[in-house]
Amino acid sequence: MSDIPSDLRYRDSHEWVRLEDDGSVVVGISDHAQAALGDMVFVEVPEPGFAYAQGDACAVIESVKAASDIYAPISGEILEANAALQDNPGLVNSDPYGDGWLFSMTPSNAGELDDLLSAADYANTLED
Amino acid sequence: MQSAEIKKTALYSAHLAAGARMVDFSGWEMPINYGSQLDEHHVVRKDAGMFDVSHMTVVDVRGAGTRSFLQHLLANDVARLAEPGKALYSCMLNERGGVIDDLITYFLDDNYFRLVVNAATRSKDLAWMQEQARGFDVQVAEQHDLAMIAVQGPNARAKTLSVLPAADAVVAEGLQALFAAQCGEFFIARTGYTGEDGFEISLPADRATGFWEQLLSAGVKPCGLGARDSLRLEAGMNLYGQDMDENTSPLESGLAWTVAMKDGRDFIGRAALETQIAGGIHMRLVGLVLEDRGVLRAGQPVRTSRGSGLTTSGGFSPSLNRTIAFARIPAGDDLECAVDIRGKPLRARIVRPPFVRHGKPCAGVL
Repeated sequence: MSDIPSDLRYRDSHEWVRLEDDGSVVVGISDHAQAALGDMVFVEVPEPGFAYAQGDACAVIESVKAASDIYAPISGEILEANAALQDNPGLVNSDPYGDGWLFSMTPSNAGELDDLLSAADYANTLED
Repeated sequence: MQSAEIKKTALYSAHLAAGARMVDFSGWEMPINYGSQLDEHHVVRKDAGMFDVSHMTVVDVRGAGTRSFLQHLLANDVARLAEPGKALYSCMLNERGGVIDDLITYFLDDNYFRLVVNAATRSKDLAWMQEQARGFDVQVAEQHDLAMIAVQGPNARAKTLSVLPAADAVVAEGLQALFAAQCGEFFIARTGYTGEDGFEISLPADRATGFWEQLLSAGVKPCGLGARDSLRLEAGMNLYGQDMDENTSPLESGLAWTVAMKDGRDFIGRAALETQIAGGIHMRLVGLVLEDRGVLRAGQPVRTSRGSGLTTSGGFSPSLNRTIAFARIPAGDDLECAVDIRGKPLRARIVRPPFVRHGKPCAGVL
């Protein structure tokens, strides 16, 4: 059974979102997703300052198996990309909710957070 | 495979016990990895890993006409096999010079050769061999109830020898590279698909789990098909169905060295290859090393100064910490090309495979 922290919000495409005290959000992929994809070998994160609408493909992660698009879970501007992933993409496998975060965003519409899934609802999408 | 039921090897339970992630591979439920493909890759380069390759098809050819049949059937010449036990890699071609399959053939005695062919091509291979065998004094028989375990890596032989019965270990230890011997119920070959030393062992399916467990206790780590693919790519070994198929010739697949044209031997596909040679071989299979950041995969468009091509296999090379590929491109002496990855042209260097041998990068690759 994969780890699904209850304090995060999720997208059914396996991104997680953490709301920070300053109103920004941090985005990564779930433990389930990293395990399914296998060892990460390349991460292409967006440049700070670029703006994306909710659901836009904004990053690419490549595992030994395949390339996968990462979708902006909410609309907003990229604040920071996780530079450590350039040399160590395996952080996404070893610590998907911590050092393996992908990027942070400044939401343009914080209300979109309500569109995301709770941990329990995300867990339900994984059952079948 | 749609309607056909998915098949399981004799080691299925052993894979689950080892924490395997299973996938459908040519109709077989096989381990893709046991946690980390990268760790499994490195263990084969540095120590010893084992692969369940029981899905592969073993075909025995027996009879007085065996040698002449195989000289007709195969593009490589079994006349090169003089010593019993010797193995030969060959393509089996159609009349158009396209590759029906690639295989290993073992010369056991003048009336008995063993062939190991791919799982995905099993039925068409058997049908083709049976059809071509007409008129030859041979029996072509698939061997059922065999399992096959490949133990590969610098410590693979020592660890395997430590768990074989003493008499068999003596025989196995004496095997030169590309030789095989029947040791009791075990058929032991010093061959592989990783670029490392090791054995490929065929054994009765009902003994597979016991032997697998002995290898485990000798410190041999289970490795999945994912690592097998990155290892063979680094080793410069083609994968049937990706790097060549019925519509590509061995001459444009980096396999000219496996085609024995001398002495006028009349093998299937020879006439087509002669026509190709007369008209010039227009494409070649090369190695690529990506210079920009990204990951090479099969099926990416390639541009060279002489025209366009396509990657046929690609991925991350754990031994080089770079991404590498095979590509079929216009023949010529280009040293670099551009690979289209998600709409962006990325720079790649053209090299001659293999990329890695016996754990070390090959000259000119890095």
